[in-house]
Amino acid sequence: MTTTAENPANAEDRRRRDRRPARPKKSDRAKAEARLGWMLAGPAFVVMLAVTAYPIAQAIFDSLFSYRLTAPDERSFIFLDNYLLLFTDGTFWRIFGVTLLITVITVAVELVLGFGLAIVMHKALKSLRGLLRTSILVPYGIITVVSAFAWYYMFHINSGFVNQWFSWVPGIDSDLDWFANFWTAITVIMASEIWKTTPFIALLLLAGLAQVPDELVEAARVDGATRWQQYSRVIIPNMKAAIMVALLFRALDAFRIFDNVFIMTGGDANTEVLALLAYRQSISRLEIGLGSAVSVVLFISVLLMVFVAIKLFKVDLASGTDASGGGKKKKATRKEGQS
Amino acid sequence: MAGSSGLTGRQKLGWAAVSVVILVYALFPVAAIFANSFKTQADLGNPTFWPSNWTWGNYQEIFVGGAQELFLTALRNSIGITLIATFIAVVLATLCAYAIARMDFPGKRFVLGTALAVSIFPVISVVTPLFNLWRTIGLYDTWLGLIIPYLSLTLPISIWTLSAFFRQIPWELEQAAQVDGATQWQAFRKAIVPLAAPGVFTTAIIAFFIAWNDFVYGISLTSTEAARPVPAALAFFTGASQFEEPTGAISAAAIVVTIPVVLLVLLFQRQIVSGLTQGAVKG
Repeated sequence: MTTTAENPANAEDRRRRDRRPARPKKSDRAKAEARLGWMLAGPAFVVMLAVTAYPIAQAIFDSLFSYRLTAPDERSFIFLDNYLLLFTDGTFWRIFGVTLLITVITVAVELVLGFGLAIVMHKALKSLRGLLRTSILVPYGIITVVSAFAWYYMFHINSGFVNQWFSWVPGIDSDLDWFANFWTAITVIMASEIWKTTPFIALLLLAGLAQVPDELVEAARVDGATRWQQYSRVIIPNMKAAIMVALLFRALDAFRIFDNVFIMTGGDANTEVLALLAYRQSISRLEIGLGSAVSVVLFISVLLMVFVAIKLFKVDLASGTDASGGGKKKKATRKEGQS
Repeated sequence: MAGSSGLTGRQKLGWAAVSVVILVYALFPVAAIFANSFKTQADLGNPTFWPSNWTWGNYQEIFVGGAQELFLTALRNSIGITLIATFIAVVLATLCAYAIARMDFPGKRFVLGTALAVSIFPVISVVTPLFNLWRTIGLYDTWLGLIIPYLSLTLPISIWTLSAFFRQIPWELEQAAQVDGATQWQAFRKAIVPLAAPGVFTTAIIAFFIAWNDFVYGISLTSTEAARPVPAALAFFTGASQFEEPTGAISAAAIVVTIPVVLLVLLFQRQIVSGLTQGAVKG
C-alpha cells in the first residue's frame, strides 16, 4: 500500500498539477491523500456499517409490526403497540431489573477485584509478572460458554463438589439445588461472569496505573501520606480516566449478558435477562415484531448508558481518536515520557 | 514501583502467597472441568473434585464415539469460520489503521468513532433482522452467514488495536532506508514490515479469541451441523441415554476448545496484554 502512497508516477502527476497557479499545492496533495485514505479505510468502514447500522434500522422498522414468521401474511403495522405491550408487562420489568442487577453487582465486584489484581501485577517482581499475566489471561481467553459449563458443573446438585466442600456453611447442604432459586442461581451466574471478565478490567486498570507518574506517589510518600492516602488522594484521582473507561466498557458488556444465563438456567428461576428475552421471542417463538422491540430496547439502553457516562461522568471514550487527529506530536512526546 | 531484588523473607512469602491465590483464582474452574472430562459416568455422580478412575472415555465419545459427528463437524466449523473471519478482519483493519495512522483525511475520526460504536453494539440487537434476512437470501446456516456478522465483533477492535500499534512505528525508517539506497519495496519490506508484523499478529490473536468465543450468532443463525460452531453445539449435546447427563462429553469438548486459547496465552501473553491495553486505554 505504501507503494501507492509514494508512487513516482503519482508524484509526477501531482507536481504537474501543482504548477497550475489556480490550485494551491497543499489542497491538491490533501485531496490525493484524502482519496487514498478513504480507499484504504473505506472497505472496513462500509463492512462495519453493513453489519450493524443496516440490521438495527431493520430491527427498528420490524418492531413497529405485528409479525410472526409462522404467519408472514398476517403482518400488520401496529406502530408502538409492541413497546406498549412490553412496558405494561410486569415480566418485562422484572427481566429488565434482573439485567440491571447483574450489571451493577458484577461491575462493582469486578472493579474492586480488578483493581486488586492490577496493583499486584503492577508491583510484582519481573519474574512473577509473566506468570501472573499468563494465568489471568486464561479466564479472559476462555470461551464464555465453557466458563458457564465449568461453573454450572461445580455447583450442580449431582456432579458438583461445592455442596460437599461447603457443607459447613449454614444453608448449604447436599440437597441445595443452586439453580432452582433466584438468588442462588443468580449468584452462580454472576460469579462465572465476574471470573471471566475481571482480568480484562484488571488489564485496563494496570495500563491506567502505569500512567500515574511515580514522582507524584513518591512525593506524597515523602510528605507522610499513608498507603491508603497515596491511593485515595494521588493514584486513583490520577487514573480516573482509565477507571471510567473500564467501568463503561464492562457495564455495556454486562448489560448484554446472554451465554451464562442460557447455559446455566435457560432463564428459569426468574433469571431471564433482556438478551435472552429477545432471543426467545425472535429465534425460538419467531415473533419477529416483539423480538425486535426487545432488541431495540436493549440497544437504546446501551446508548443511554453511553450518553450518561459521557455527559455526566465526562468519560472520554474517544481519547484515542484525538491522538490520531491534531495532537499527534503532543501524544508522541507524552508517550515517551510514560515509558 | 516494582519491588527491589533484595526482598526480606517475609516479603518473599507474601508474594508467593499472593501468586498462589491468583493462580488458583484463574485456573480453578478450568481444573474443575478438566477433572470432569476424565471422570467415568459413575464418577460424575459423586461430589468429588478429581476422578476416582481416570478415563479417556469422554474424549473417545467426542472423537470416535456417538458424539463424534456433532463435535467434529462443529470443531471444523468453528476453526474454519473463526480463521476466515479473523483473516478478513485483520486485512481490512490493517488497511484502515494504516490510513488512520499515516494519513490525514476528512472523516478519519468518524471512522474510529464508528469502530467504537460498533464494538459496544449489543449483538442480540442485530441478530433478529439478520436471522430474518439470512433466511430470505439463503445465508442462514452457512459459513458465510456467520463470517459476515463475526466481522462486527472482530473488525472494530482490530482497527483500534492496529491504529494504536501503527502510531508507534517510526515511519521515518522507511525514508532512511531509501536514502541508504534501498528501493521503495525493500525499504517497506525490510524496515516497516518487521515493525508492523507483531502488531498485526497480536491483533489477529485478539480477534481470534473474540470470534472463537461467539455464542449468540452461532446459536441464532445456524440450525444444523452445516455451520454450527462449537459453543453452540455444546448446548445440543445429549447423553448416551435419556437418563444420562452429557456432562463428561461436554467437559471433554470444552477442554479441547480451550487448548488453543491456553497455547496462545502461554506463547504470547506479553503481546496480548499490550494489544489489549493499547487499543482500549489511551489517556
